[in-house]
Amino acid sequence: MLDLQVVSVDTLSDKYVLIKLTYGHPLPSMVPGQFVEVLIDNGAQTFLRRPISINNVDIEKNQLWLLVAMVGDGTRHLARLKAGDSLNCVLPLGNGFTFPDTVMQAAERRFLLVGGGVGVAPLLYFGKELHDMGCVPSFLLGARTAKDLLLVREFMRYGNVYLTTEDGSGGEKGFVTDHSILKSERFDQISTCGPLPMMKAVARYAAKVNTYCEASLENMMACGLGACLCCVEKTKMGNVCVCKEGPVFDVNKLLWL
Amino acid sequence: MARLNVNIQNLELKNPVMTASGTFGYGLEFADFIHLEDLGGIIVKGTTLHPREGNDYPRMVETASGMLNCVGLQNKGVDYFCKHIYPEIKSIDTNMIVNVSGSTLEDYAECAARINELDKIPAIELNISCPNVRQGGMAFGVTCEGAASVVKAVRAKYNKTLIVKLSPNVTNIADIACAVEAEGADSVSLINTLMGMAIDIEKRKPILSIGTGGLSGPAVKPVALRMVWQVAKAVKIPVVGLGGICTAQDAIEFLMAGATAIEIGTANFLDPAVTIKVRDGINDWLDRHGCQSVQEIIGAIS
Repeated sequence: MLDLQVVSVDTLSDKYVLIKLTYGHPLPSMVPGQFVEVLIDNGAQTFLRRPISINNVDIEKNQLWLLVAMVGDGTRHLARLKAGDSLNCVLPLGNGFTFPDTVMQAAERRFLLVGGGVGVAPLLYFGKELHDMGCVPSFLLGARTAKDLLLVREFMRYGNVYLTTEDGSGGEKGFVTDHSILKSERFDQISTCGPLPMMKAVARYAAKVNTYCEASLENMMACGLGACLCCVEKTKMGNVCVCKEGPVFDVNKLLWL
Repeated sequence: MARLNVNIQNLELKNPVMTASGTFGYGLEFADFIHLEDLGGIIVKGTTLHPREGNDYPRMVETASGMLNCVGLQNKGVDYFCKHIYPEIKSIDTNMIVNVSGSTLEDYAECAARINELDKIPAIELNISCPNVRQGGMAFGVTCEGAASVVKAVRAKYNKTLIVKLSPNVTNIADIACAVEAEGADSVSLINTLMGMAIDIEKRKPILSIGTGGLSGPAVKPVALRMVWQVAKAVKIPVVGLGGICTAQDAIEFLMAGATAIEIGTANFLDPAVTIKVRDGINDWLDRHGCQSVQEIIGAIS
């Protein structure tokens, strides 16, 4: 549990902010796919911590990025933070996405990272780390409208970016699973994060083309430590905590397909 | 430095701060945040004779100054506990207490009997008050006869410290406390969660999978405090107080209302190190007020 300091809060649109945090000492090591539990303000309506994906870690600047969609009182409170404010975080929590076993494998392995809406958040850090291993990941990012496509320029630094929007205002029109890249290319691993129906559709696509697929879930949590058993997902091993056994799961272990 | 040790009958606690079942896992989940041996006791996750998958998701929802849960006693059963979890926790140098639940009198008694065999488990907390399981659970805890029958059945098979966790979802909690005291309970702990619900108005349906859940957190504290005060006046056995405790001030209120020890639950989710802060805060208060021992404030309200 650390009191991090807010470096900046960048407004990405009327719905999203990017919060950059730092700390007086080196941040603990964090792997892509992990999350932090942030304390809002102990207010009556914003009492429990909020789990937020690790969007990026900048080791040189000792910064942690959180991409936040303003959906309720808690996230709106986060959006009002100012540079210099303190944010209490329990971190890092959960497992992470699957990396290639070796650098040699990384160069050959074709990764497709599929994100929807604010669910693109953990894929940036994952893509960056893959890129640093010598891999060129493909990012397939979807949103309702072009305004909801987040951090596209950041993603372009680390791999190939393919976009879809539901209204056609950016990239190809339709859902991520409608994108032409899925017809023209094959991948060795698909990692996805976003709305549940999207992730299930991605999992069905992956099953059809016989490709390993993992998904990052965001079930409602209380403790984040595997203690309260609130955030469970039904799996082939029974009910397991998304916060501790996940948030990233091999979709074949879930009961989706 | 005031003396913080208290006794629940034969059970010695180095301080009055324990953790509430279901909010602290088996303790190990919090080992990165506190020294577990600094606690007065750790009450581990509810354990039943047979494994239970618990209720479907969603199992929790935040409400004003609190949360509702309907976990439904998910656990791998007492045999798994004895074989796989007990060896991991038995060396933790504090009172490791198992919360025991069941659906039938026989299940309760058999589960308690298995735990009775474990050297390093000096006490159980008998859960006759879980609002989230269909059979048993709270059903036993809402009548004097039901509560007495479980305690009698368990007492026959269990000879260490027996704490009985009471439901607040009753007309007169002091009557239930007296009924379990008469059957040989060493202590009562209260309150378990208050039954409540929350509705998703867009979907026009309850948010929790089973419709209702147990309310915990600061929202319930005044109710819990009042019940602890009523029960402490009605029984001779020590009372363990819980319900929304987040700070040392909250804990001291419970002690003054008559609790010998307290449990911290939901607050562990906000601050995984809260228990030690509460312990230190009690000590500071005692020092500031020239008290030699925490015993001086137990039941101190006039």
